[in-house]
Amino acid sequence: MLRRSSRRKLVDKVVSVFAIFSVILSVVLLGSILIEVVINGARALSINFLTQTPGAIGSGLGGIGPAIQGTLIVVGLASAIGAPVGVLAGIYLSEFAGNGIFPSSVRFFNDVLVGLPSIVIGIVAYVTLVITLGSFSVWAGAFALSIIMIPIVVRVTEETLKIVPNSMREAGQSLGIPKRKIILHIVLKSAKSGVITGIVLAISRIAGETAPLIMTILGTDLYFTSLTGPVDALPLRIWRLASQPYQYAHDFGWGAALILILLVLGLSLGLRLLAHKRGFKIGSIAAR
Amino acid sequence: MGLDEESFTSGEKLKDEEIKVDKAIDRQTQSKQDQQKQQQVHKVSIKNLEAWFGTKQALKNINLDVKEKTVTAFIGPSGCGKTTLIKCLNRMHEMTPGAKAKGQVIIDGIDIYDRNIDAVIIKRRIGMVFQKPNPFPTMSIYDNVAAGLKLNGIRDKQLMDYIVKESLEGAALWDEVKNELGKPGMGLSGGQQQRLCIARALAMQPEVLLMDEPTSALDPIASSKIEDLVHDLKKRFTVIIVTHNMQQAARVSDDTAFMYLGELIEHNPTKKIFENPEKELTERYISGKFG
Amino acid sequence: MAIGAAAYTLLMLALITYAVGNGSEKIFSIEGLKFFTSTDWNSVEGRESFGALPYIIGTLISSAVALAIGVPISLGIAIFLSEMSSSTILSKISTPLSFVIELLAAVPSIIYGLWALFIFRFWVLNLIEMPLYNTFGKSIPFFAATPFGLDWFTAGIVLAIMIIPIVSSICREVMRAVPDSQREAAYSLGATRWETVRIAIFPYAKSGILGAAMMGLGRAIGETMLVTLIIGNAIGAAAIPSSLFSPSQTLSSLIANEFNEASSDLHLSALIGLGAVLLMLTMAILIGARLLVSRMVKVSPGFRE
Repeated sequence: MLRRSSRRKLVDKVVSVFAIFSVILSVVLLGSILIEVVINGARALSINFLTQTPGAIGSGLGGIGPAIQGTLIVVGLASAIGAPVGVLAGIYLSEFAGNGIFPSSVRFFNDVLVGLPSIVIGIVAYVTLVITLGSFSVWAGAFALSIIMIPIVVRVTEETLKIVPNSMREAGQSLGIPKRKIILHIVLKSAKSGVITGIVLAISRIAGETAPLIMTILGTDLYFTSLTGPVDALPLRIWRLASQPYQYAHDFGWGAALILILLVLGLSLGLRLLAHKRGFKIGSIAAR
Repeated sequence: MGLDEESFTSGEKLKDEEIKVDKAIDRQTQSKQDQQKQQQVHKVSIKNLEAWFGTKQALKNINLDVKEKTVTAFIGPSGCGKTTLIKCLNRMHEMTPGAKAKGQVIIDGIDIYDRNIDAVIIKRRIGMVFQKPNPFPTMSIYDNVAAGLKLNGIRDKQLMDYIVKESLEGAALWDEVKNELGKPGMGLSGGQQQRLCIARALAMQPEVLLMDEPTSALDPIASSKIEDLVHDLKKRFTVIIVTHNMQQAARVSDDTAFMYLGELIEHNPTKKIFENPEKELTERYISGKFG
Repeated sequence: MAIGAAAYTLLMLALITYAVGNGSEKIFSIEGLKFFTSTDWNSVEGRESFGALPYIIGTLISSAVALAIGVPISLGIAIFLSEMSSSTILSKISTPLSFVIELLAAVPSIIYGLWALFIFRFWVLNLIEMPLYNTFGKSIPFFAATPFGLDWFTAGIVLAIMIIPIVSSICREVMRAVPDSQREAAYSLGATRWETVRIAIFPYAKSGILGAAMMGLGRAIGETMLVTLIIGNAIGAAAIPSSLFSPSQTLSSLIANEFNEASSDLHLSALIGLGAVLLMLTMAILIGARLLVSRMVKVSPGFRE
């Protein structure tokens, strides 16, 4: 009897310890990642590093200038395509659609799209754009990234819009305002922060994607020349640098990683800080 | 602590081996034996109990004695602390973040707030029924009643069958469900679910049964069934019931405690409270002048 | 106009299926079902033959390790966040902790790969693999190969770390959704905290937790960049592990490694064929997960690759 009760307490203690251990473990691991990136990356930073093109392999010279530029271009283009499509689809699902077969399947498959491996998306972009256009290109890369971005934006937009209370829509209706304007000026306005947050988070996600870029933009040592030609990008450059046998390449890799993390985390963190300041509470929707 | 399988028989209290073995408690029990002779009639003795939610004090210096095998009702307007008080009686109050309690609650000679008493284990000796019936939805009727028993390591199927039957009988539910013990607990009506929760509490053979507004979520017919049940229960258990329905208190209880703003205003036999209350505040509440 | 945008989803799905199907048509018409069972990977002209089996195995075993390690830890974190945050001390930790988990989710996987390759690999090598090798290497063949830290086991561990954010946040949401009245019922019976989780929370949240695990699985299976750097890059039959420390290869890592250097149309088609297999696997898992996790639980949009 005594044993039984102390055993129950012991099991409870063990589980509690395990839970705390899990928590500590994840903090330690994240800490290690961030610390290593910052420490190793800071060493490689310099003006040359940020602006020059890569030197000959093994030379220890050069920088990642084209990669930074390329990331900005490709991600920017992808967002210009992806954000409008995603927001529109989200508006449709929230404001026009009911629960019929079409909207339900759109929602269902949208969730599936969110989780598809990005390398497969890269293959799709390769088959549709690279083969047909005959070359690796910025378009192909932007296309692939937009495919990844859109389902996220759709989801966040729909959920943010759903939160806007119906009373607002009804107020607009009772004033005789046409539906289109109600959505644009009333509903969207009130959900603006949430939707923008979602878009920015999606952007920070695709900025870190590597796999789909491998077979679309190819990567190069040169600065941007044309939208139908190859271009470099930070994640891709990091991968190539890490795969080389030279120490300097690894150092450059850390440096590029630092830039990338600053970009990605800066976007998502900066956004949350801004949102907190404005008093807008980010729910679990867009915040992760 | 656990149920002593060999010594379990109907109506016999759980032998709390662990608490007996714990020397500190032993000392306390022995030193209280003399006091107990005088307090023998009192099943529950609340002494100088105070409770807080953070910095807000919810109970002020409560002193109250409850006799064995009686029904005591806690009444009072919303926010008077009656639910807080009943939750202090099985140490569930302090489970709310930021909540604290101080004082003594002596049940059957043992102060449940004593430093040596484990707050988790002590709950096994005190049964609680909540406002909204909360059977475990994924368990059958049988498993619901047996839930506490299984936790205590009872494995003997015969013994478990026996206790489950006895508890369901005690909750006036046996006849209605005896052929459907395997069906899910959620399939019952609201009133039946509440009786199921009562059976679940009874299966632990508690010293005291605490009921926090047990009928407020039920329809009048189900409510009156529960009230009849309480009449029966007091033959074997000491029952404390919180209710916001004065008529219910009048129907069901032997003694009534009236509370207001965290203080115990008056505690007397029910008849006296309702016909000839000592305090003016009580009288005003009873006659509906406020609350 | 908005309807058109919504139709995009279904159109895109169709496009994906078409593109992958089209690209892999060649290899399937030549190898047929043998593609799934062969271990060849020969791109020499005249003797070309490609089979996906080793990489299917590699994908599955590294993901299995990821789940075996990642799910319990995610549950531990979810239990902490949803059940243990009641004391005031611990509750102060829960907001920063959620923040940490979100940060983990935001780190691009290539950076996980970098860290895994240069840092974490040595932790695993020195703290786990070498000791195992030294103790059991002579007696158990499974531990007999010399460990270098670049193998499916290490890959599995890092994958576990990657899936923790998403699995733990879904688990936490479904556990939070269990009504407090259930917890009260269990506690009033004298249950300990773990017992309350066991009888009141897990049964209620069961399908959600399973769905979370499947989401994690889908993620681990599709992960590419990190795997390319840490799995040891074996090809063909050699990619089927014979020990805990064997290098291996997954469907996605091989595609990433060879795509730009594919030596022939057939080779390329074979790689796309691997993509087709990956696509089928992932879709099956994601559809299953989606059916299990109700839409009420808001899924993180921040997970990647």
